[in-house]
Amino acid sequence: MLLRHTTSEIKERSALTINPAKTCQPIGAMYAALGIHRCLPHSHGSQGCCAYHRSTLTRHYKEPVMASTSSFTEGSAVFGGQSNLLQAIHNIFSIYEPDVIAIHTTCLSETIGDDIPQIIATARDKKYIPDGRYVIHANTPSYVGSHVTGFSNMVKGMVTYFAEPGTQTKTINIIPGWVEPSDMREIKRICYMMGIEIILFPDTSDVLDCPQTGRFEFYPKGGTTIEELKAAGRSRMTLALGRSASVAAARELDSKCKVACEVMELPIGLRATDQFVDTLRRVARVEVPTLLEDERGRLMDMMTDMHQYFAGRRVALWGDPDQLVSLTEFLVDLDMRPVYIVTGTPGKKFLSRIEKALRGKVPEAKVQEGPCSDMFLLHQWIKQEKVDLLIGNTYGKYISRDEDIPLLRYGFPILDRIGHSYFPSVGYVGAMRLLEKILGLLMDRQDRDAPEESFELVM
Amino acid sequence: MAHLPDPSNVKKQLIQKYPTKVARKRSQQIVINAVAEDKTVPEILANVRTTPGIITQRGCTYAGCKGVVLGPTRDIVNITHGPIGCGFYSWLTRRNQTRPEGPEDHNFMTYCFSTDMQDDQIIFGGEKKLRQAIQEAYDLFHPKAIAVFATCPVGLIGDDIHAVCREMKEKLGINVFGFSCEGYKGVSQSAGHHIANNQLFKHVIGRDDTVDPHPFKINMLGEYNIGGDAFVIEDILERCGIKLVATFSGNSTVGKFENAHTADLNCVMCHRSINYVADMIEKKYGVPWIKVNFIGAQSTAKSLRKIAVYFDNPELTARVEKVIEEETKAVEAVRKEVKSRCEGKLAMLFVGGSRAHHYQDLFREIGMKTIAAGYEFAHRDDYEGRRVLPTIQVDADSRNIEELTVEPDPEKYRPRRTPEQLKALNEKGLEVKGYEGMMPQMDNQTLVIDDISQYETEKLLEIYKPAIFCAGIKEKFGVQKFGIPCLQLHSYDYGGPFAGFKGAINFYKTVDRMINTQLWSYIKAPWQVNGKPLLEAELVNS
Ligand code: SF4
Ligand code: SF4
Repeated sequence: MLLRHTTSEIKERSALTINPAKTCQPIGAMYAALGIHRCLPHSHGSQGCCAYHRSTLTRHYKEPVMASTSSFTEGSAVFGGQSNLLQAIHNIFSIYEPDVIAIHTTCLSETIGDDIPQIIATARDKKYIPDGRYVIHANTPSYVGSHVTGFSNMVKGMVTYFAEPGTQTKTINIIPGWVEPSDMREIKRICYMMGIEIILFPDTSDVLDCPQTGRFEFYPKGGTTIEELKAAGRSRMTLALGRSASVAAARELDSKCKVACEVMELPIGLRATDQFVDTLRRVARVEVPTLLEDERGRLMDMMTDMHQYFAGRRVALWGDPDQLVSLTEFLVDLDMRPVYIVTGTPGKKFLSRIEKALRGKVPEAKVQEGPCSDMFLLHQWIKQEKVDLLIGNTYGKYISRDEDIPLLRYGFPILDRIGHSYFPSVGYVGAMRLLEKILGLLMDRQDRDAPEESFELVM
Repeated sequence: MAHLPDPSNVKKQLIQKYPTKVARKRSQQIVINAVAEDKTVPEILANVRTTPGIITQRGCTYAGCKGVVLGPTRDIVNITHGPIGCGFYSWLTRRNQTRPEGPEDHNFMTYCFSTDMQDDQIIFGGEKKLRQAIQEAYDLFHPKAIAVFATCPVGLIGDDIHAVCREMKEKLGINVFGFSCEGYKGVSQSAGHHIANNQLFKHVIGRDDTVDPHPFKINMLGEYNIGGDAFVIEDILERCGIKLVATFSGNSTVGKFENAHTADLNCVMCHRSINYVADMIEKKYGVPWIKVNFIGAQSTAKSLRKIAVYFDNPELTARVEKVIEEETKAVEAVRKEVKSRCEGKLAMLFVGGSRAHHYQDLFREIGMKTIAAGYEFAHRDDYEGRRVLPTIQVDADSRNIEELTVEPDPEKYRPRRTPEQLKALNEKGLEVKGYEGMMPQMDNQTLVIDDISQYETEKLLEIYKPAIFCAGIKEKFGVQKFGIPCLQLHSYDYGGPFAGFKGAINFYKTVDRMINTQLWSYIKAPWQVNGKPLLEAELVNS
């Protein structure tokens, strides 16, 4: 038993988190910043945080993740990080020549209280920032929220620093939330099919799923450009996908540039995608093309064909709020039973969103967010009453093996499989992929467990 | 060997883009190797801060302490005191394998424990939460020991983790100890190793005096059982009839650490991460240490023979020779074959605080040349050898880290060898308490680069186009975008083990597979290679 010390008996915990279902803010900020074209994320703190964040992102995406650090030592911890950051800005522009440096803080520089905007201003006075280049920032203290919060803060920072008000254009902004590069690509494809002009930010496609060309590009071709980020302030409206990751930026756009926003769940699964497409149709005043309706039809076809295998199956999920909400809705639509749902990311709204997604159909569901909501607790629930399927990141593989329950790897980070970041899970096509994966897991399991006489050739 | 560029020219190219101050510093950290008759080498600047803004391979003190040294011990509940991230990232990411003896035995390595500090603890202090977390860990798991690791903000707000540990030790009656390994202390992971070693020495080693009557007892220091390396070494030692008291810290338990001072010899693998423990055990208990290296078939044989010389027992020597002979046959068959395909190719290694040295032996065995190498977090002695120790200047960053004054233990000090015996061993060629360092073993005109940056890495790859580059996960995919395979030597790309004879075979095959695959040659599409557009006439004629 890999998790041999986990028992079904639940003892009250108030201080010890065991096997967290979240991580810290800066990694989300780093991921978001990589979605700006020619941007170098910069971690203001000790170099360990930056190393950890780069390693984890690299392990998940299997792509180079470039980011610099202020390399704090004891002196900076005592006297503040201003001189480190000034040096860093100077060095970065000399050596790596980015268009933008996107600074995020770590818990160290946050606790010290370094005033980043003031340091950026000093850097500008000292002419460390070449003309036409930018330094932006987001505060990302790790003792508040989670990696999702950090992502959200950096996306908001993009608006704060770049969005410019002006004469309204036809363009629609889409803030995709924390999804894979392939998902961002899929969102762009859907909009392209519908003939809608969009600005997507951040956009990590072609940054974290780069083609192998035999040439290393320090700044890959992908990412939202500065021009686009500026123009986002003149768009007709903003669609913010995923409340936890995208609302802050959308609100900021609204108050700064008067771009109205609509908030919806991540387009994972049938109905969330329907809502996304329908909203696009409505706000852009276009027809939904037949090609897209056909995609939807194929998804519907799969759902009806597969229904008998899904109905009634109990599922445990953990991960990030936005993804959990849409996934839960999708599972309930399939008549599956998402019975245990845990996120480490705190936020009370999560509970009501999940409740809405459950639609009163899974009264036995246990849902938890916030302190000590972790995978240890989730595992204990599973020990009390088993489930048929686990959906969550790589860290679930220990529960999966100990309890002999199939695991659908979903969310962040996935450290033990390769390829997930190349295929979307949003949109109709993404939903089809999820269905195929889930059914594959359930049926492999059925095959494995079947007595010889009932081992089915046709299923 | 193909014609190689002039290294001084290469060095120029590596630093020419840097601002003056940075260039000045880097030029002292980039050295063209030149080994003198007496094995002295040029001086290198090491264990100094990384310049802010430079993209570095380095991690932090916490990573060295919790991640490297303490992480691999299975029966300690390691609680990270701080916000959630640090604990999360050091959760199971170092491939430290472990093998509890029975299903009932403690194994906490698959768990991640954190106090997940929130802003009110940052404002009002986190000691109360830490105390409560230790209590909860105790109530849930009843471990033999609980260790607490401080992260950056903890040091800053001034939580006294050691006082909390003392209090809880008293209250719970188990060993509870803390590590002030805040990430900002020191300039790299290395500071964390030092802090880890000090605390292990103070709180754990020496608590159990039970002496095993076995005549050949050793500890293996600085072996972390990545990918099962320690299992291979354990197996070899057992077949040789050598008793392993403790490994620091791969596949280890607290109980073994507590008993470690009863061994008769300490064998140091990763010099950087653990030479302090070897020195302290020697001073307090009288156990000498030697440098060993179980990476590479010849190095493994050499290390086994060193141990045999130390114990000076004909029976042991015979067993060691027999094991070497048996293993060498299998190794040679593979080695020869692989060598025929790898001979003369170039390798580069930029990893760890010993690995960039040890793995050169494996490359040498298959005829490959290490053209450039360096460490992520070494000190000068790891490059130049321990002979430079007296001349190393202690700077402010190192002075922050407690230096223990160790005296011989009034009861337990028992010198295993007299000074005369040690002298005799030295004369026999067994260098006790010695480490020659990486540079003396590298060719002249090769490049030695401390704390290499991303920029320098790119330049090196462009200039030399080596057959293989060895580094860590952060470097891997960037290197491969150049069309050059990158072997991760922290994690072995989830293969291995690479230690011992079996590991050498694995390594030869891994390198062969990586550099001799046809895959890299497909990167360009046919039309990109012969990119001339077809003329209409050609189409018509075909
Ligand atoms: S929790 Fe804080 S100190 Fe730890 S890795 Fe995250 S930002 Fe760094
Ligand atoms: S050289 Fe390596 S084993 Fe030694 S401390 Fe390293 S990463 Fe570690």
